[in-house]
Amino acid sequence: MTQAIEQPKTLSTAASLGPTFSALRCRECGETYDLGAKHVCEDVCFGPLEVVYDYDLIRQRVSRASIEAGPKSIWRYKEFLPVASDNPIDVGTGMTPLLKADRLARRLGLKSLYIKNDAVNMPTLSFKDRVVSIALSRARELGFTTVSCASTGNLANSTAAIAAHAGLDCCVFIPSDLEAGKVLGTLIYNPTVMAVKGNYDQVNRLCSEVANTQGWGFVNINLRPYYSEGSKTLGYEVAEQLGWQLPDHIVAPLASGSLFTKIYKGFQEFVKTGLVEAKDVRFSGAQAEGCSPISQAFKEGRDFVTPVKPNTIAKSIAIGNPADGIYALDIARKTNGNIEDVTDAEIIDGIKLLAETEGIFTETAGGTTIAVLQKLVEAGKINPDETTVAYITGNGLKTQEAVQGYIGEPLTIEPKLESFERALERARTLERLDWQQTSV
Amino acid sequence: MAIKVLIPTPLQKFTNNEATVECDAANIGGLMDTLDSHFPGIKARLCDDQGELRRFVNFYVNSEDIRFLDGKDTALSDGDEVSIVPAVAGG
Repeated sequence: MTQAIEQPKTLSTAASLGPTFSALRCRECGETYDLGAKHVCEDVCFGPLEVVYDYDLIRQRVSRASIEAGPKSIWRYKEFLPVASDNPIDVGTGMTPLLKADRLARRLGLKSLYIKNDAVNMPTLSFKDRVVSIALSRARELGFTTVSCASTGNLANSTAAIAAHAGLDCCVFIPSDLEAGKVLGTLIYNPTVMAVKGNYDQVNRLCSEVANTQGWGFVNINLRPYYSEGSKTLGYEVAEQLGWQLPDHIVAPLASGSLFTKIYKGFQEFVKTGLVEAKDVRFSGAQAEGCSPISQAFKEGRDFVTPVKPNTIAKSIAIGNPADGIYALDIARKTNGNIEDVTDAEIIDGIKLLAETEGIFTETAGGTTIAVLQKLVEAGKINPDETTVAYITGNGLKTQEAVQGYIGEPLTIEPKLESFERALERARTLERLDWQQTSV
Repeated sequence: MAIKVLIPTPLQKFTNNEATVECDAANIGGLMDTLDSHFPGIKARLCDDQGELRRFVNFYVNSEDIRFLDGKDTALSDGDEVSIVPAVAGG
């Protein structure tokens, strides 16, 4: 991975005009707050706070051309993001490939399928680099010198890496049973790592209490209104990469539900500011059966989400108490989408299917998305003619445990031509037998 | 012995900036009334106009989410620790 990171080149112009955001506002009751480090409507209803933008101002400032002339990172959309500085933390995050997935499409029976491949997002190979780049840029503006997070793994990797780049102190909290790759991929950046004996929901609760006592910037707690906006860039990039148009249908994993709702918001903002034509995009969400509180609510027609205790290999999306679950439900319903869940075995098959057809090695969240995509196609819930985008949000090299024992092994041979030919013949025979069994 | 209640930062303005308070109540619903009698106004932050617990606030008794127990009717006894935590985003 030797991709050169371009330095921001058009940010100063925009920044000198002043920020495009002015306040925080409660999504539930509309109460407004100043632009500090707070995430809930503490004066009224405890609803989540969101950043308030001046869309007329954004519309005046941006065009397709101005965005295309920007840096090859999420900062090309800076006018839509809650960072005031003309010097945000740019570690090359974003502008990941949108791959036309013809082989997977043929296998599934679709005609126009794309993969948004954040398995190769920079610097830590998951979509979390988007939200953390925003959160730490904002943390610096708000004067924090220590940043923190509660994480299922990917967020810890990203927070630790980008904090290292920015010279911020870092302390992350993770469940103690995470995959080795995710723990190592955090420790290498030398933050303080607290491995909590409990599941993610318990880690999150602990961090909420720590946030009360330490003056730290928790990216997914007191910096959440800024942090979560980073996921909008997954919407912007797909629209731009499709030639400034929206897809017909998207499929994305659901953990807290934040990513899903922010992709929706990203599309809406591009319509609102005249960058793309309005279009009805269907939103479908993917969960693991062993942690499917949003899927259960969807299937049962409920407008509330009952928490569950996670039990799945898909640890990166194992959030039993999803904060944005009700909003994800609402979006799936109003866009005529679906929310579906799949078993751990189907998740592994999903990981293998994507790897074998498209050369992308994703982690369990991506396997969940592909398995749900397949399930929805088989159930006739995705029209083969729809332009469909599946969001792959993390990299399989971090969760190798998930597929060990489910994939082939190398054929060990002597360094002799005869040994090679014998092994090759045996492999072909096994492949033929396998194929015949499948056919029967 | 009494019930120990952990107060989140946004509500500490009601509790004279105390992060922990102690009081007596038979269950979570009763605790809301008891808290409000000591710290007027705090119940309105935690419960809606119908008196139901607000959906964006999580309550834990000895680290267990009350939605896995009996919700508002979850019984409390001396020595229990009740934690009040606003919902947060995922990671």
